[in-house]
Amino acid sequence: MKPARKQRLILISLMVIGVSIATGFALKSFNDNLMYFFSTSDVVAGKAPKDNLFRLGGMVIKGSVERPNDGLMVRFKLTDFSKEVTVEYTGILPDLFREGQGIVANGKLNAQGVFIAEEVLAKHDENYMPPEVKQSLKNQSEKGKGQ
Amino acid sequence: MFLVPDILIRFYHRMASPPHFYAFTQQIMPWLVVIFVLLTGAGLYGGLYLAPADYQQGDSYRIIYIHVPSAWMSLFIYMVMAITGAIGLIWRIKLAEVISISSAPIGASFTFIALVTGSLWGKPMWGTWWVWDARLTSELILLFLYLGVIGLYGAIDDKKIASKSVAILALVGVVNIPIIHYSVEWWNTLHQGPTVTKMDKPSIHVSMLIPLLLMALSFKFYYVIALIQRARVELLKRERNSQWVKTMLSEQQQ
Repeated sequence: MKPARKQRLILISLMVIGVSIATGFALKSFNDNLMYFFSTSDVVAGKAPKDNLFRLGGMVIKGSVERPNDGLMVRFKLTDFSKEVTVEYTGILPDLFREGQGIVANGKLNAQGVFIAEEVLAKHDENYMPPEVKQSLKNQSEKGKGQ
Repeated sequence: MFLVPDILIRFYHRMASPPHFYAFTQQIMPWLVVIFVLLTGAGLYGGLYLAPADYQQGDSYRIIYIHVPSAWMSLFIYMVMAITGAIGLIWRIKLAEVISISSAPIGASFTFIALVTGSLWGKPMWGTWWVWDARLTSELILLFLYLGVIGLYGAIDDKKIASKSVAILALVGVVNIPIIHYSVEWWNTLHQGPTVTKMDKPSIHVSMLIPLLLMALSFKFYYVIALIQRARVELLKRERNSQWVKTMLSEQQQ
């Protein structure tokens, strides 16, 4: 390689490496702001803001969804498989909202530590399969539990 | 250099010369179009007709046959643009500069398609058109990077200087590519994690995966076709005063 080309190659490599390191530091310092939602453990540990709106993400616990009044108000529990938070929401839920599904809710904590959601979004998982396969997987896992 | 076969080096040098590139791409174009049409036909038939509905999303998931390949292409084309840009900067190869700038509008289109189809799917599935999570935001920044490259190239009249500036901008933006890819793993996002490119086995059923891979391949061919057409026009514009263009034109006029 000719010296001039070698110099340009080194210069460009240094530029790319420099930009990467700078971006790495910037992202690291803004790490908390880049999180789209708080986990239920964060909320129980008191890391979530007290009086402001924030987003809470977690898995809807199976069998926890109830409608206390006859209206649109829904109450359910969210978990990250370690701590639980109760959520109340009045409104229409998205298609993918169901028990055992991950969701992200936007809202505030009230004085009792219940999360009052203004908006509920379903977080889709990365699994794609036909219904028959899902059914057979379910049957297998039930068989596995029986043994 | 000892490891590369002689014939490959000769091919590389021939392709780097504009007249050879121009003639060669004219010859292979019909083949590329045939392969593209076959792949797209097979991919769409497999994806929209043969593949079963999803256990949760029903038929709505079928948008992945456009959305996912577009998103992959938006990253792939950016890397092509940046690497050919760097080759143009270091080795001053004219054709590399042409390939680099010709890739930008195609990449921008794929990024736009990925954002729009994702948004259309997000409304019924997530319950919102748009959220500012790490994946969606970094993909939007990618669109702005593409638009910046196109705008910068258009704003500078001297195309030699324009190519250099654009290559540097593209190389600075490369840092965004791993951020987009790993955003769903590094941070909490509303966007789901990777399905196909997971290290263990992909979490998509094989009957749905095959059409997806066919579509991904077909988009690659579309990119090559569109790139060649743009690069040929760009080459003619830049080389309009050179001998080979004049000879070719006078031959065609006879």
